[in-house]
Amino acid sequence: MSLPKKSLLNRTAQCALVVFALFTFLGVGDDDARFRDLGHHLICACGCGQVLLECNHVGCQYSDRMRNELAAAIDRGDNDDLALQSFVQKYGPTVVAAPSTSGFGRVAWIMPFAALLAGMAGLVWLVRSWRSRPAPAIADGIQPVQGPELERYREQADKETDL
Amino acid sequence: MSQFSSAVLPQIGSFALLLALALGAYSFLVGVFALILGGKDSDYLGETARRAGIATFAAVLLASVVLVTAAFTDDFSVAYIFHHSNKDLPGPYKFAVLWSGQEGSLLFWSLLLATYGFVLRLRYRTDPKLFAHASVVIAAVQVFFLLILNFAAHPFAILEGSVPPDGSGLNPLLQYPEMVIHPPMLYLGYVGFTVPFAFAFGALIMKYPGEKWIHITRRWTMVTWGFLTIGIFLGAHWAYSVLGWGGYWGWDPVENASLMPWLVGTAFLHSVMMQEKRGMLKSWNMWLVFLSFWLAIWGTFLTRSGMISSVHAFAQSPIGMWFLVFIFISFIAFGVVYILNFRFLRSEHKLESMISRESSFLFNNLLFVTACFTVFWGTFFPKISEWLQGNKVTVGAPFYNNVAVPIALLLLLLTAVGPWLAWRRTSFESLKRSFKWPAAGALSIGLLMIILGVRPWNDIAYFYSLMAAMLAALVIFTVISEFVRGGQVIQRHTGFSLLGSMLHLYHRNTRRYGGYIVHYGVAIVIIGILGTPFNRDAEKEMGFGDKINIGPYTLVCQSYTQDDNPNFSNEWAIINVFKGNEQLTTMYPERRLYKASSQPQTIPRIWETWYQDLFLVKDLYIVYEGRNEDTGRPIIKAHLNPMVPWIWIGLVIMVFGTITCLVPNATPVRATVPARVQTAPAVGAGD
Repeated sequence: MSLPKKSLLNRTAQCALVVFALFTFLGVGDDDARFRDLGHHLICACGCGQVLLECNHVGCQYSDRMRNELAAAIDRGDNDDLALQSFVQKYGPTVVAAPSTSGFGRVAWIMPFAALLAGMAGLVWLVRSWRSRPAPAIADGIQPVQGPELERYREQADKETDL
Repeated sequence: MSQFSSAVLPQIGSFALLLALALGAYSFLVGVFALILGGKDSDYLGETARRAGIATFAAVLLASVVLVTAAFTDDFSVAYIFHHSNKDLPGPYKFAVLWSGQEGSLLFWSLLLATYGFVLRLRYRTDPKLFAHASVVIAAVQVFFLLILNFAAHPFAILEGSVPPDGSGLNPLLQYPEMVIHPPMLYLGYVGFTVPFAFAFGALIMKYPGEKWIHITRRWTMVTWGFLTIGIFLGAHWAYSVLGWGGYWGWDPVENASLMPWLVGTAFLHSVMMQEKRGMLKSWNMWLVFLSFWLAIWGTFLTRSGMISSVHAFAQSPIGMWFLVFIFISFIAFGVVYILNFRFLRSEHKLESMISRESSFLFNNLLFVTACFTVFWGTFFPKISEWLQGNKVTVGAPFYNNVAVPIALLLLLLTAVGPWLAWRRTSFESLKRSFKWPAAGALSIGLLMIILGVRPWNDIAYFYSLMAAMLAALVIFTVISEFVRGGQVIQRHTGFSLLGSMLHLYHRNTRRYGGYIVHYGVAIVIIGILGTPFNRDAEKEMGFGDKINIGPYTLVCQSYTQDDNPNFSNEWAIINVFKGNEQLTTMYPERRLYKASSQPQTIPRIWETWYQDLFLVKDLYIVYEGRNEDTGRPIIKAHLNPMVPWIWIGLVIMVFGTITCLVPNATPVRATVPARVQTAPAVGAGD
């Protein structure tokens, strides 16, 4: 027995959603991936300025300890924010490799996109001002150009088309 | 060290620097006076200023030679030589001492500027008045650096007390072959932006009619851009090969400082074509040239002021204030002249269509400048936060990856689309027709990556990688298609082979097709970068016979060995690399201890897996990190970095493209052709 057309569409959409969700959540909850991700969002507190998982100083007083603390936070089931927050409390705000998305840190994230939008607006204004300029007046009874003037146009055409 | 060297060299160097300052000041002041005075008599005065500029070069060269001689003769009475050299330092690094420290590198900056000025002043007959203006601007910048050298960062300062028997040695990080090439390339780029700026400023002061000044400076700008590109990539390669963290770009403030003028310079190289071809964006180009120069000075300020800490920076010093004053004065000077003269920079044409080469350049410039602003903002945000909030924050890779990467992807899209757009207007249908096959090719690459296991919905980094791969493929297909389509048109008219036709096509417009080769190189670089999210690493304390598995490779520690030379003692690990049961190679990661400075340094070893993977090549990167202080066992860290070798290949292609842009066009052969031929595909969309 065949399904009505609407039902078939619904079923197809549901299947597509399930497949999408399946792919989306593949890998979610992978502790190793979270460790790597969070480890790349933290800076080693030893002062080397390197990302925690890339600090390669032998005998570094901080990196091993911090990595262990991060692994422990993940084992405890802390979510990403909580894990990062515990590092901020212990090592200060510079331990996080990027500004926070709240408070003044938000300005850091907004400004580049604000600049892009402002630039876009400027570009639109520029194009509109160019387009609103009056076109050069064309006299009646245009005569075909010849001689040096024609040569000038030919050169211009060459320059602009390269043919 | 001879008595002569110790007694005389610093005095000669100091005198040469003072003389250079006097000559530079004369060149600037008398040059300005001659330009203001005008008339026939002032020509003679202007000529003396020009010659003084040339003599400045000789004096700065003498000072530089003296400093290098002091390094080679181990004259430790000179404080700079004592701090940056030692007796057993190998010869090439003694030469590199010239740019290894604050004072020496400022002298080197000054030398390169004097060299550019020397060449410019020799070629003054091209356009004496414009060159006279440019010469004065260069002299002004030269005087600034010579003032610093004479009064704030003197390279010939004498060490107090008795002369020590040996020097402190060169920073181990700098004792690497690329350090002999990387700084000169970077500086040639930084300093070189002074030349187009000098011409632009001169043209602005003169209200120079037409675009001739742009034609004159085009090659200067290309050469400068090429040097800066090489410098940046060599810096990345040095970081990769020496710092031992397995990466090549860390968004370090000093790396950012070199990227900013490069981004603006690249924007200028594109938008300048709009001025040449259509007489548009004249004011914008003036500002881009100025910004390139200004950001190069900012970069120098960042590296030297100690304002921002970085592995690349020189020590904190008081010269930051000198730079700030110069940055301020140059901005005011340019701003005032611009306000007085900007009316002559009015555009000659207007934008006729949004689907045109002009609009693509507008967006290209917007994106490049936004990218530059993003880098500038990210670099200075920690300071801004400290000033306004009282607490410093870190702005590292996660910020740039989230903000700059999307902008870079948009730029890559424009790089692919731009060549298909003609000047003035392009029909949407024609764009669709041209774009069909490259777009299909790029989509296929994306699909293939998903089939091979890249899951862009799992991680934003994978999504960026997928997009970058598709867009890079789009650029590559576009460039190939441009060459083939243009070649086919020539082939139809001339009967040459397709390859011969493509060569002919290139020779007719070297700049345009050289530019496409640069685009091709950029796409290859992007392919090299997009492997980053797939990097793997492993670390282990390894005794004899211990193993590390990384990807398909097994690393087996065979042995450790030691060596010693006058400059450093070192320890090597001997690591055999297996894939399955087959031994592929043996690697020797090394750790050195430099004797003069007592500083350790890792020398990673890198093996490229070309024979194993070809297109999906990887770097097997091994670092001998040292010994565990508690157990005494050696620690080995291994990275497997996919695609990285493509970055360096991409650079070679970019450099090749830049050089081909500089080759003069072959004279076009005019032929009378039937009218229908003129409707051939738009291969001649212009530069």
